[in-house]
Amino acid sequence: MTVLLTTPSPSLPPPSNSVGIVGWLRKNLFSSLLNSILTCVGLYIVYRIVPPALNWALFQADWVGTSKEACTSDGACWVFVGVRIKQFLFGFYPSSEYWRVVTSFSLVGVLVAWLLIESTPKKGIVAAFTIFCYPIIAYFLFYGGAFGLPVVETYKWGGLMLTLILATIGMFCALPIGIVLALGRRSSMPIAKSFSVIFIEFWRGVPLITVLFMSSVMLPIFMPEDLQIDKLLRALIGIIFFQSAYMAEVVRGGLQAIPKGQYEAAEALGLSYWKSMVFVILPQALKLVIPGIVNTFIALFKDTTLVLIIGLFDLLAVVQAAFADPKWLGFSVEGYVFVASVYWVSCFSMSRYSQHLEKKLHTGHAR
Amino acid sequence: MKKLTLPIVATAAALVFAAAFTQASTKEEVTKRGVFNCGVSTGLPGFSIADEKGVWAGIDVDVCKAIAAATLGDASKIKYIPLNAKERFTALQSGEIDALVRGTTWTLTRDTSLGLNFTGVNYYDGQGFLVSKKLGVKSALELDGAAVCIQSGTTTELNLADYFKENNMSYKAVVFDTHDATAKAFDNGRCDVLTSDQSQLYGLRTHLSKPEDAVVLPEVISKEPLGPVVRQGDDAWFNIVKWSLNAMIQAEELGITQANVDEMKASSKSPAVRRLLGLEGIAGKGLGLNDDWAYQIIKQVGNYGEVFERNVGTGSPLKIERGLNALWNKGGIMYTPPLR
Repeated sequence: MTVLLTTPSPSLPPPSNSVGIVGWLRKNLFSSLLNSILTCVGLYIVYRIVPPALNWALFQADWVGTSKEACTSDGACWVFVGVRIKQFLFGFYPSSEYWRVVTSFSLVGVLVAWLLIESTPKKGIVAAFTIFCYPIIAYFLFYGGAFGLPVVETYKWGGLMLTLILATIGMFCALPIGIVLALGRRSSMPIAKSFSVIFIEFWRGVPLITVLFMSSVMLPIFMPEDLQIDKLLRALIGIIFFQSAYMAEVVRGGLQAIPKGQYEAAEALGLSYWKSMVFVILPQALKLVIPGIVNTFIALFKDTTLVLIIGLFDLLAVVQAAFADPKWLGFSVEGYVFVASVYWVSCFSMSRYSQHLEKKLHTGHAR
Repeated sequence: MKKLTLPIVATAAALVFAAAFTQASTKEEVTKRGVFNCGVSTGLPGFSIADEKGVWAGIDVDVCKAIAAATLGDASKIKYIPLNAKERFTALQSGEIDALVRGTTWTLTRDTSLGLNFTGVNYYDGQGFLVSKKLGVKSALELDGAAVCIQSGTTTELNLADYFKENNMSYKAVVFDTHDATAKAFDNGRCDVLTSDQSQLYGLRTHLSKPEDAVVLPEVISKEPLGPVVRQGDDAWFNIVKWSLNAMIQAEELGITQANVDEMKASSKSPAVRRLLGLEGIAGKGLGLNDDWAYQIIKQVGNYGEVFERNVGTGSPLKIERGLNALWNKGGIMYTPPLR
C-alpha cells in the first residue's frame, strides 16, 4: 500500500543551534576554532579595558565642586573641566559679552538648519542672507566696535569659539576659492592655468605648520612698522590659502570624472562657459566629490589646533594652558579626554551629515 | 657657503630695518594708546598664568603692572599678549608688544644679535635637581648613571649634558613635553631624578603623591637670570622699564609696602623714602614720568618682596625660598642702584 502525499509535509524548523542568538553567535563568532579563540581573546580585552574606563570616566568620577579638594574618588576629576569650562569655550572673551558669541553661533545654527531641512520655505532669501549679511553681523558681534558693542580684540578670543571660527571661516572661504582654482587649472587660458597650477602646487607643497609659523613669526618683520595685521587674521589667511589648494584638487577630481559628453552637450546647447559650468558640470562634479570635500573639512577642523604653536588659544591650547595652573596640576588626562570628545563629536556629526547628503543627492549614477 | 649667507644677510637686514623703523617713542605711543602691551607666556605658573576667570597673575605679570602703573598711573591698563618661546622676540621687534616679560633668560647672544635690550633681572633662576629621598643622595655629584626626567627645552637638556660631561658621569635621559607628564613620570618611578629650572621644581614637588619623599638638591648647574626685554634704540623707554623694576626692589629695601605706603608718604622723614616716593630730589623728571611714579607702583603692585611672596613664595602653591632673589643685604643678590 502506497501512501501518496499530494502536499509537501510542513518544513521542519531549522536546527535550534542555527537560529536566534545561539545561531548568530555560532555563525559570526565561533564558526571555527581559530575564530573562537579570537573571540575569546577579544572579549577578554574588552573586559579588561571597557569596565575600568567606564569606572574611571563615569561611575567613580567626581563631577561637582570648585577646587581640587573635591576630587576624592579614584576616577576622573571632571571638576577641573567644570571649573574652567567657560574658558575652554570662550577663551579670555569677557564674560559680560558671552551673549554675543552665543547669539552669533545660534544665528548661524538656525540659518544652516533652515537651509538643510528640506521642507522650509524661501531657501533662496535665507541662503543669500547667510552668505552676504551674516558675515557682517557676525563680525560686529564677535569683534564689536559698532551699535554700542564694546570692542573685544582678537587676542582675547579663544577656546572652542576660536576653533569654530577658524574652521568655519576656513571652510566657507576655501570652497569657492578652491572651485575657482580647479576651474582655472583645467582652463585653456595660459595665465589662469599657470597661476592656478603654481598657487596649488605651492600651497600644497608646504606644511600647514610652516604656513602658520611664517604668518606669525616672519611676516611681521617684513611689514612696515605702522602696518599691523592682526595675528588671527594672518593665521586665518594662511589657513584659507592652504585649504583652498587642497579643495581645488578635490574639485578637480570631480570635474575630471564628468564624461566629456556632458561638456559637449552643454556647448551644443549654446551655453556660455560659465553657464555650462554652473548649470551642468559643477552640480554633477560637486555631488561626486562630497566625500572628498567633507574629508577636507574634517581635516581642516582638526588642523586648526596647529594654531597653538603661534600662541593662539584654540580649544586644545587653552586646555593645555590650564594644565600648567599650579592649583590643578595633574589633570591632563581629563583635559585631553574632554578635547578629544569635543573633536570626535564634531567630526562624527560632519561625517554623518555628508552620508545623509550623499543619499539624498544619489540620483542614479553613483560610481 | 653662498647659500647659507644669503638668508642670514636677509634676516639681519630685516632686523636692522625693523630696528631702524622703530623710531617713534614707545612711551609716547603707550601714553597715546592708553594701554601698555605686555608680552607674557602662554602659562608659566608663578610667572605669568591666567586663572579660570582669565585673570593674569605672576611675578612677570606684576612687572608688567609696575610698568603700566609708572607710565599710565594705572596698573590695570594692560593688554596681556600671550606668546610662546619661538615668537616672543619677533613680537617685540615688530612692535606688537611694548615690552617682553616672559621668563626670558638674559644671554649675550640675545642681548646683542636681536636688536633688543634686557633691562634687568626680576628673578634669578637656575637649573636644579629633584630626587627621591630613597636614593639617599645628598649632592648632584652622586648621580652617576641615573635616569633623568627632563622637561624638553633645549637649554635644560644642554645644561644637563654639559654638567654630566664635566663631571665624568653618565645618565639616561627620559624626555617629556609638559610639567605634568614629567612630574607623573617621576612619581611613577620612571626616573630617579627630575631636572628643570628650580622655580619649576618646587611647584612640581607639591604635586607628587608624597611631596615629603622628594628633595631639591642644593646644586644649581646653570645661571638663568630672567628679566624684562625692550627694543634697542629707545633709551627713554628702556629707562622706564629698568627703573620700574628697580623701584620695587628699592621699596623692599626701605621697608615700604603696599599697606604702609600712604603712611610713609605722609609721615616718613627718611630722605631715601621721600626721594623714592617723589617728594624730594629728581622724582619723575629724569624718566619723564609723574613725580609719584614709584608711589603708584608700590600702591598698586607692591614691593619686590611682596610680589615674590604672593606669586612664587610662601603665599603661593610653589613655596619657593628667596635664595638668590633675597635682597643683597639679606644673603641674596637683588640689588638696585640708588634712586637719587
